[in-house]
Amino acid sequence: MDEFVIRALLAGGGIALLAGPLGSFVVWRRMAYFGDTLAHSALLGVTLGFLLGVNPMIGVMVVCVTLALALVALQRRRNLAADTLLGILSHGSLSLGLVALAFLETLRVDLMAYLFGDILSVTDGDLMAIYGGGAVALTGLALLWRRLLAVTVDEDLARVEGMSVDALRLAFMLLIALVIAIAMKIVGILLITSLLIIPAASARRFARTPEGMAVLASVLGILAVIAGLLASLNWDLPGGPSVVVAAAALFLLGSLVPVRR
Amino acid sequence: MSTPSLLQGASRDASTLFAGPLAWTEDLTVRFGRRTVLDRVNVAVQPGEVVTLIGPNGAGKTTLVRAVLGLVAPDGGRVLRRPNLRVGYMPQRLSVDRTLPLTVRRFLALWRPVTADKVEAALEEAGVTRLADSAVQTISGGEMQRVLLARALLGEPDLLVLDEPDQAVDVHGQAELFNRIAQVRQRRGCGVLLVSHDLHTVMARTDRVICLNSHVCCSGRPEDVSRHPEYHALFGGHARDLAVYVHHHDHAHAEDGKVVHDHDGDCCHG
Repeated sequence: MDEFVIRALLAGGGIALLAGPLGSFVVWRRMAYFGDTLAHSALLGVTLGFLLGVNPMIGVMVVCVTLALALVALQRRRNLAADTLLGILSHGSLSLGLVALAFLETLRVDLMAYLFGDILSVTDGDLMAIYGGGAVALTGLALLWRRLLAVTVDEDLARVEGMSVDALRLAFMLLIALVIAIAMKIVGILLITSLLIIPAASARRFARTPEGMAVLASVLGILAVIAGLLASLNWDLPGGPSVVVAAAALFLLGSLVPVRR
Repeated sequence: MSTPSLLQGASRDASTLFAGPLAWTEDLTVRFGRRTVLDRVNVAVQPGEVVTLIGPNGAGKTTLVRAVLGLVAPDGGRVLRRPNLRVGYMPQRLSVDRTLPLTVRRFLALWRPVTADKVEAALEEAGVTRLADSAVQTISGGEMQRVLLARALLGEPDLLVLDEPDQAVDVHGQAELFNRIAQVRQRRGCGVLLVSHDLHTVMARTDRVICLNSHVCCSGRPEDVSRHPEYHALFGGHARDLAVYVHHHDHAHAEDGKVVHDHDGDCCHG
């Protein structure tokens, strides 16, 4: 097997491993559209990174977190529904990113790679970012696991039990921002959310515990990466979209399997 | 009310060594926008005491409970608690998203690090052992109330706070729940603050009733309150028929919610 294929598999597998537990939380907390909004703002982060001469991943993290905080502040006003606000921020920030990128005439940026991913051009540096960042994110998630579950079940109860609900929510947003920053290269900002929610949604029917769902989501995600990459290589298809199609196919297959309760 | 002995105190928490109430409010005022929901409310829960809040819809009962829990910030006055007071909260209802696979046993273990033995004991005390492995989304409203009781007991509360179980729980189920809570109080000696629409259900198991309508209308032992003209106006003629009862006052409320007396009144204002 070619070296670039192995790197692609390692990168996609690492992302899928991380996306399992985090994506389960996105599903439980009904934050799919929120994740999408953060992902769309990532392009602006990339542009900012180029402009300021820092690593695009750092630019993405900064923009994602700023957007998450702006959203929390806007939601306090309560005269617009959350999905309307998300729509404004999502498309507003994506368009701002595209416009800002157009100003960088001197720079040749592969826009398609950022929008849809370029999994076959993964470098060793990308792999290090994925596994380093992924280890940080998984450790953080493991440490906060019980409390995040409690906050997901009922924020009032968590508050009465003395948990700092706002800090936990912020930590969760940071984890999503981190995943977006490191997964951008693999599936692209338009498709990141699918990697978070499709495997988790597929796992739901077969899981009896939160942890079971998280682990199964990781396994299904990794299967989707392998299947998608092989299809991409065999038939010369775009990598990121192939992985997402494979994940969606697994979801459909899974929903046909009878589950006894 | 008996003061807890030193022996009891030593085996529990330092907070039980303090004399005086577990939690109390001083001129608590809460406004939602321009509406004054709670107007200089003074209430206290003593150790081992069951205090029941009654009053019409919109009287501020839930807001008062949420303020005592620290979930609503006062706009005036204060909410005070004993240091290190452990509060067990039972919300009105709880619905867990169907996407989250969660058994009752697991639900109970989410709120603090607990041993499996303690979870079993709490399940038993609340009478829900047979539900331990059921998904939380599949149990009935009444069963959920008892699971929430088990959850609250796991924190070994000094004060149990509960909002009335909603309509999902039938009258029989409510009576059974209140019996259980009365037993818990007997066994553990914790204070109880509860909200109810229906005084009949809780009457026999309550030490003190506080009749709330933004301000404290009257309060006292249930038998005294039940002889109170205001209580009769509230609950006498229309027992359990809450939609149509008329809230007769010995005073009127001005536009801003302030109390305007139209006679001397024997109603004790808190």
